[in-house]
Order: sequence, then C-alpha cells, then structure tokens
Amino acid sequence: MIKKFDKKDEESGSGSNPFQHLEKSAVLQEARIFNETPINPRRCLHILTKIIYLLNQGEHFGTTEATEAFFAMTRLFQSNDQTLRRMCYLTIKEMANISEDVIIVTSSLTKDMTGKDDVYRGPAIRALCRITDTTMLQAIERYMKQAIVDKVPSVSSSALVSSLHMVKMSFDVVKRWVNEAQEAASSDNIMVQYHALGLLYHLRKNDRLAVTKMLNKFTKSGLKSPFAYCMMIRIASKLLEETEGGHDSPLFDFIESCLRNKHEMVVYEAASAIVHMPNCTARELAPAVSVLQLFCSSPKAALRYAAVRTLNKVAMKHPSAVTACNLDLENLITDSNRSIATLAITTLLKTGSESSVDRLMKQISSFVSEISDEFKVVVVQAISALCQKYPRKHSVMMNFLSNMLRDDGGFEYKRAIVDCIISIIEENPESKETGLAHLCEFIEDCEHTVLATKILHLLGKEGPRTPTPSKYIRFIFNRVVLESEAVRAAAVSALAKFGAQNDDLLPSVLVLMKRCMMDSDDEVRDRATFYMNVLQQKQKALNAAYIFNGLSVSVPGLEKSLHQYTLEPSEKPFDMKTVPLATAPITEQKTEIAPVATSKLPEKLAPSRQDIYQEQLAVIPEFQGLGLLFKSSEPVQLTEAETEYVVRCIKHTFANHMIFQFDCTNTLNDQLLQRVLVQMEPSEAYEVLHYVPAPSLPYNQPGSCYSLVRLPEDDPTAVSCTFSCTMKYLVRDCDPNTGEPDDDGYDDEYVLEDLEVTVADHIQKVLKPNFGAAWEEIGDENEKEETFALATVRTLDEAVNNIISFLGMQPCERSDKVPENKNSHVLFLAGVFRGGHDVLVRSRLALADGVTMQVTVRSTDENVVDVILASVG
Amino acid sequence: MDSAALEPSLYTVKAVFILDNDGNRLLSKYYDPELYPSMKEQKNFETNVFNKTHKADNEIAFLEGMTIVYKSSIDLFFYVVGSAQENELMLMAVLNCLFESLSQMLRKNVEKRTLLDNMDGVFLVVDEIIDGGVILESDPQQVIEKVNYRCVSEQAYGFVLFDYITGNMEAQGERRQLL
Repeated sequence: MIKKFDKKDEESGSGSNPFQHLEKSAVLQEARIFNETPINPRRCLHILTKIIYLLNQGEHFGTTEATEAFFAMTRLFQSNDQTLRRMCYLTIKEMANISEDVIIVTSSLTKDMTGKDDVYRGPAIRALCRITDTTMLQAIERYMKQAIVDKVPSVSSSALVSSLHMVKMSFDVVKRWVNEAQEAASSDNIMVQYHALGLLYHLRKNDRLAVTKMLNKFTKSGLKSPFAYCMMIRIASKLLEETEGGHDSPLFDFIESCLRNKHEMVVYEAASAIVHMPNCTARELAPAVSVLQLFCSSPKAALRYAAVRTLNKVAMKHPSAVTACNLDLENLITDSNRSIATLAITTLLKTGSESSVDRLMKQISSFVSEISDEFKVVVVQAISALCQKYPRKHSVMMNFLSNMLRDDGGFEYKRAIVDCIISIIEENPESKETGLAHLCEFIEDCEHTVLATKILHLLGKEGPRTPTPSKYIRFIFNRVVLESEAVRAAAVSALAKFGAQNDDLLPSVLVLMKRCMMDSDDEVRDRATFYMNVLQQKQKALNAAYIFNGLSVSVPGLEKSLHQYTLEPSEKPFDMKTVPLATAPITEQKTEIAPVATSKLPEKLAPSRQDIYQEQLAVIPEFQGLGLLFKSSEPVQLTEAETEYVVRCIKHTFANHMIFQFDCTNTLNDQLLQRVLVQMEPSEAYEVLHYVPAPSLPYNQPGSCYSLVRLPEDDPTAVSCTFSCTMKYLVRDCDPNTGEPDDDGYDDEYVLEDLEVTVADHIQKVLKPNFGAAWEEIGDENEKEETFALATVRTLDEAVNNIISFLGMQPCERSDKVPENKNSHVLFLAGVFRGGHDVLVRSRLALADGVTMQVTVRSTDENVVDVILASVG
Repeated sequence: MDSAALEPSLYTVKAVFILDNDGNRLLSKYYDPELYPSMKEQKNFETNVFNKTHKADNEIAFLEGMTIVYKSSIDLFFYVVGSAQENELMLMAVLNCLFESLSQMLRKNVEKRTLLDNMDGVFLVVDEIIDGGVILESDPQQVIEKVNYRCVSEQAYGFVLFDYITGNMEAQGERRQLL
C-alpha cells in the first residue's frame, strides 16, 4: 500500500490541512535528506512541496537559508523521478529572487532543455529564462532560437512565452529572434500561434507599418486559435484608433467579420471592440448590439455579465441603439447574480421611458444592500443621468439617494451620492430644501473630510438664500464643535456667509464667530477673526469682495507672482491686479459619466494653458516689457484643412498690445520654407510693431511666427478690427526622400483668410459665485442700459448662446440654462476687461416674434461700459 | 468599466488563487507586480473577495476595479482575476481549464483534503496553465498530459475498503505481536 505522506503527518496534522502548522525551521531541517544517497524521491518531493507551500503562504526566507536549501535541492537533479524534477523547476522559479547564485543550475537546465525527454524541455526552458540575465542570454540564444521553432508545441510555446517575458529585460537580443517567431506563427498548434502572435506584436509594436503588414497577413491566412483572434481584434482596433481610420477600412471589416466567428470569446471581443470605438454610428453598432442581445439569454453567467456590461456602455452614448434589447434586459433584472441585475437595471434606466422609472427604482432598492460598492456607484451614476433626463422624477430619486446615503459604504460610493444630490439641487430649484436637509443629516455623521467640507461649502452658498436659513446654522455650528481642523475651518467660512447675507442672523453669527476665535487651530482662528472683522463693518461691498466671491486669480500664477515679489523687494505693496486671472473652468458635459474604476485617477494641478503661453512668449526678446499676458484665445484656422500649408492663429492679449501667434505646418514634402512670417494689414488704427519670423519650416514639423500689434491708445472703444493676412516666405525645393534642400530658393507668398479681433478677445471670463453681491459691489456709478431687438433669433436658448460667445464672458448663477416653456429669461455675465476692470452684464430677454433684449452693464471703468454696449449694437 | 481601450498584450491573468471554505489561502499566484505587491494587501484582497463571493455561486464579480471569475467545489473556491477591461470569457476559459484539469487529476474529488494531499500536482497544473500572467494552455487534456501526474488519493480511497478488510487485520496482528 502506498501512502504519500507520513502517517505521523496525517495524525498530528490539524485534521484537514496537513500543511497547517508547518514550521519553516523544521522544514529546512528536513531538507537535509536531499543530501542522502540514494535519493528518496517521495520524501524529497514532499519536502519540496512544503517549501513551495510555505513560500506561497508568504513565509519569509532569509537569503542564507534560502541559498542553503537551494543548493541542497540542486542535488535532486540526479534523480530521474519526473514529478520531483518538475518540482525542482518550480522551486528554482520561486527562489530565483531570494536565493543567491541561482545560475548554478544553468547547465542542468540547459541539458534538460535540449535533451530527449519532451516532458522536461518546456518547463526547463521556462525555469532557465527565469534565472537568466542579460549577460547570460547570449550563451543560450542559440538554444532559444531552436526551441522557438521546435516541432513539439509545449517546447515552442514555452520558448515564445519566456522570450516575451525577457523582452522587458533585453529587447535587442529578443528582437533577433523575430524570424523564428514568424515561423512559429504558422504552426498548427493553436497555443503556439497565439504566443507567436503576441511576441511578434510586442517586438514590432513601435513600427506601425510592420504591425499593419503582420495583421494583413494573419487575417488572410486565418488563425485557428480564438485567443489569437482576440489579440488580433485588439491590435486592429488600436491601429484604427491611432490612424483615425474611417469605418470603411479593411481593419473595421475584419473586426466586423469576427462577429460571425464560431467562438463566443471572439464574437464578444469583436462586439466590445466596436462598442468602444469613438464616433461609431448607430448603424455600425447594430450588428454588435444584436450579438450582445443573444448573449443576454445565455445560461453562462459570465457571458450574460459581459453582454449586459457592454450594453450598459453603449447605452451611455446611444441609448436608442439598445432599446431593441429592452425585453432581454427586463428578464435579467431578477438575475441571481446581482451584478448582472444591477447592470441590467441601470441600462434600462438609460433606455427606458419615464413611466418605468418608479418600477425599476423599486426593484433596485430591494437588493441594493447586497451588491458591491463598485456597482452601487454605477447605480448612483445612472440615477444622476436620469435626473437630468427626467427632472420631474427628482423626489423619487432624492428619497432613494438619501436612503443610500444612510447605508454603509466606502468613500467613492458616498462621494458619488453627494455629487449626485448636489447636481440635482443645482438643476432643480424646488428640490433644494429637501436635498440640503439630507446633506445636513449626512454631515452629522460623516467620516470623510473631503465630503464634509464640500457640503459645508454648498450650505454656505445655497443656505442663506433659502426661506429659513436659520435651521442650517445648528448643523454648521455642530461641525465647529465636533470635527477635525479642515472641517471646522470650512464650517466657519459657511457661517460667515450666513452672517453676511441675512441681517437678522448677523448678531447670532457674530456670537458664534467669537467662540470660534478661541479655537485651538490656527487656520480656524484666523478665518474666524477675519470674518468677524469684515462682518462687523456691515458693508455690502466688503462682504461681496471678501466673503462671497473669493479670489479670481489663478493659484499657480499667484504663487509665481508672490515668489517674484519676494525675490525683488520693493517699497510698493504687492498688487493683486498683476496676477493672471484664473480661466474659468468650462463646465464639463455630464454626459460622459466617469465609469467605475476612476478611483485611481491621479488628481494633479496642471499648469493652465495660459501659463504655458506666458512662458513661451516671455523668452522672445521682442516681447519683453509688455506686462502680463491677459488672455489667450482658442486657435483660429486661417486655412482650409488639407491645403499645402496649414496655419492657425492664437491671439494673445496684453494690457496695450496683442501678439498673434501663427502656428504653421508645411505639408509639402518637396519644400523647405525659410524666414516665414505673416504680414498683416489692419483695417483700423491698429499698428503692427514687429514681425518675428519662423527661421525654417521643414516638412510636417510645425513652427510658429509672431506679430506684435499695438492697440490704439487714443480711442479705447476701438476693440474690433479685421486683419488681412498674407504668409511670406523663401521656398527651397528639396528631395522628398532625403529632405536635402537645393542651394538657392525663391520668395513666394500665400494668402490666408482674414483674422478678426472682437470684443471677446479683450475680456477674460471670471466666475462670480454670488452675482447679486458682485453687482451691488460695483455699484451703479457707471451703469448704462440699452434695449435691442434681435430679429433673426428665434429661441431664448439661441439668444443666450449668441450673447455668451459674442462677449466671451462667464455666465453666472447657472443663468446660461433657459428653463423650458418660458418666455423670458435673465442672463448674468461676469468678466474682467483688459487692464483689470471688472465688468458685469445683466441681460433681460423676452421672446415675442423675435427676441427683445435689455442689456445693463456695470463696470469699474466708464469706457468699458461704452465698449460693450457699442459692440452689442 | 473603463473607457480606456485595452493595450494588446498576452498578459491576461492578474492573479489566481484557491481558498478553502474559511477563506484561507491554499494557493495563490499574483502575476502583476504592481497589483498588491505586499503579502498583507494580497491577503486583504483575498478576504474581501471571499466575503463578497462565498455566499452565492455567481461565477463572476467586479471588485476593487478587477474582474473576478470564480467557481466553488465542496469546500474549495477557485478564483481567476483580470483587469476591468479584460475579456471575461478569456478569464472563464482559464478558470474552466484550471478546474477541469484538477478535477481530472484528482479523479473528480475536488475537495480540500484531496487537493492538499496532491499539492505538488496542483502547483504543477497551475504552472502549466499560466506562466507569468500569460495563458500557456487552455485545454485540460493537454495540461494533464504535460503534468503527467499520478494522483494518490484514488488509491487511498480504493484502499480504504481494502485497508478496512485487510490492513486492520494486519495492524491487529502487529499489535498482538507487540503485546
């Protein structure tokens, strides 16, 4: 009778696990029998298993003891027991990093790898490559090349996969095996095909042409392995994305043909690839969606999951494409796999009608506690999207969200809920009070500082404007008493906003402030003292400037200016006006809802576009002394796409000058352009001071030339001007292949489209969180009002968009969104005019036959008011 | 769930592990050194996965940004982990191959005791299916042929009865001699 393990082990072991109470030292002690002659394969095997098991459990082996065991193990190569030898290979791989001098087994492994016994060869190659370093690779290169093309599939596969692992270490050596890999790719064995394809792609992936060729070859010859097909689909879709190839390209046809493959894996991969392609039309999606629909009724959970997850993805962009699957999705909402059910419901929420919302929400709340946080976030995001689509459903959603907020959950989940509630509040004024009440309740017991401060900020902003602001004070002051420093500081700021806006609350707020001034934290005390003093002045303008509307400068800019100031001490106090303004963030479209796995996205403060331009321009000597860059426009195309030369212009505005930056690209490969400049003929009193030419413009390498223009000083209202532009340059013909230019060239010119400077180029967008306060702060000293009739505009939406883009100012208080079915609207715009003058515009719009618009402008400078009114008219 | 397209690569499997019905690790391999580099993180991940999956046999789950396919058998749980964008069916192919190979090797007795008795074979099977995260083989028949491992538990089970009839008699005889 054969018993594998010692009787003793079985009896004294913990009943079910013979490895449970293994002692590392005892096992290493046992390892001494490796040195006994003759070798007892069964006992040695058992001990090796124990060692690997211990390593797998995370037991730490010191270098000395590992090396000792390793060297003892090498003796076991004398035994011919198959399993024992295989376990030796495993031990070598496991110990490769912890033991010293592992290369001692190289010759034994090389012998096994080239020997007659096929069972040993593959595993020996993999073990050998694990311990090989760059220097030794040369020595085994010959064997590797042979192994790759070996007729035994396991040998060939092992060699290919090991080569792939070694690409990271020594790309250049492995690169030399590309012919062998090519030969292996035509093997009959499906795994060898797959591994060869993978290795070939890794070796060639930086050479797009080679990848395309390889793909063409394999799509024609037709591989058998489904894995290889999946790999090819991925390569093809990556190529499509890089080359921005149209969907009529053969690559797309290949992917589409894979939808008819006999392996589900390949069909799914192809469908998923099509769905993930950017700008896919509904017609192109249809075949992919219909195979996914079939998968929805598969008995395999993984397939249903994959299908519904991908459909969910489609529904984000093309809800109508998924409507056909609604019936199949309905069947999945009771799926025992809650992940599948959740995905099905959230997909239906996106595609279904308003009437089904209540039913689906009820269904989902029945099992929301059973699903993982990741999917809860998916649910919240679906609800958030739904609220935008059906604003009337906000009460159902709000109830649901508040219940979810009470449940346990991680930070990502809570943050998604809070974000969702905040967006509902912003969209629906009538949901404001319930929403704020839920959030107040949440911060009473919230362990996430970021969320607490975010909510406190929101309370400060929205709370004072509700009918009963006093009820929020209690929640806010509780934070001051109970929370960490960051939250306390945020609470103090929120309190100050209540005091500034509600006169009847001011005395009580002052009392609370006084208490905060005794806080143990510096920041909290500083804020309290600051607000206390501001509030006691009881001046609207001060409140507006220091409590409601914070700094509007860019933080990196402020940091840089302050640093500069400390380097060059001067008598003058630091002037805030010299700091570049923060470019108001463009409100992101909410349609692209961040998917689940966003938690690892790094959040870093990138320098803004304008800061980059500022630095680029500062190095050009001609442009010294212009002061700070005030605004940079979006690029304007001055040529048609696909012409010989592509030119676009960026307008940089300074206090009294403008710089036009022309980014030129030469698309002719037989020409070299030199001394390129753009000559400008202004229509108004603008004066061109300097041209800075681009020295040379080789084929397909963009270069920039600049023009410096002085703005008319005597007429401050001349803000708009048209320039006719001509590009002038010296052409030198050159060899298209080598790029070698001829010795002499000739002058030539190229007429560009006209360039317009408008009022928007002189105004920087600034967001005023509290427009009313800012409006009062500026006062009516320079106020002017005028009424216009916009005959050509048919809707309020159109009028609002036109005004915003024309003036280039920041809409405040979400007034850029016109509520449905209204005949009148008020638009609030804020900005800073060149030279640092605040300017605010209130525009009342009324819809009759056309749109009638009454514009009221306030600014700190009278000229600015005139400029704006003149340009609107 | 991420919109970022998948970089074409053979590195499909991020991790494989086998747990017992208390969530203890019997075998686990992590192939992506960036994913849970420390033993503590790995064990936390395994505990989390086990807690979320052991109650319902759902085959697939999405946890900590990973797609996890799993299968249970008596008192064992088998898990294969891939990235969020990975083709779920490829991971399923790996899981099925692992399970089928072990099932064949252990003569259908896929339970903790037999598995531990043949732990060396289990290590070898995993090694033949995945190499450093690359799917090396997905056909259980091929895996079994390559490993060429003789299972002991079948004999042990066969011998239980044998042992009962004869072995015990011998043992009794021995004991008698001792006395």
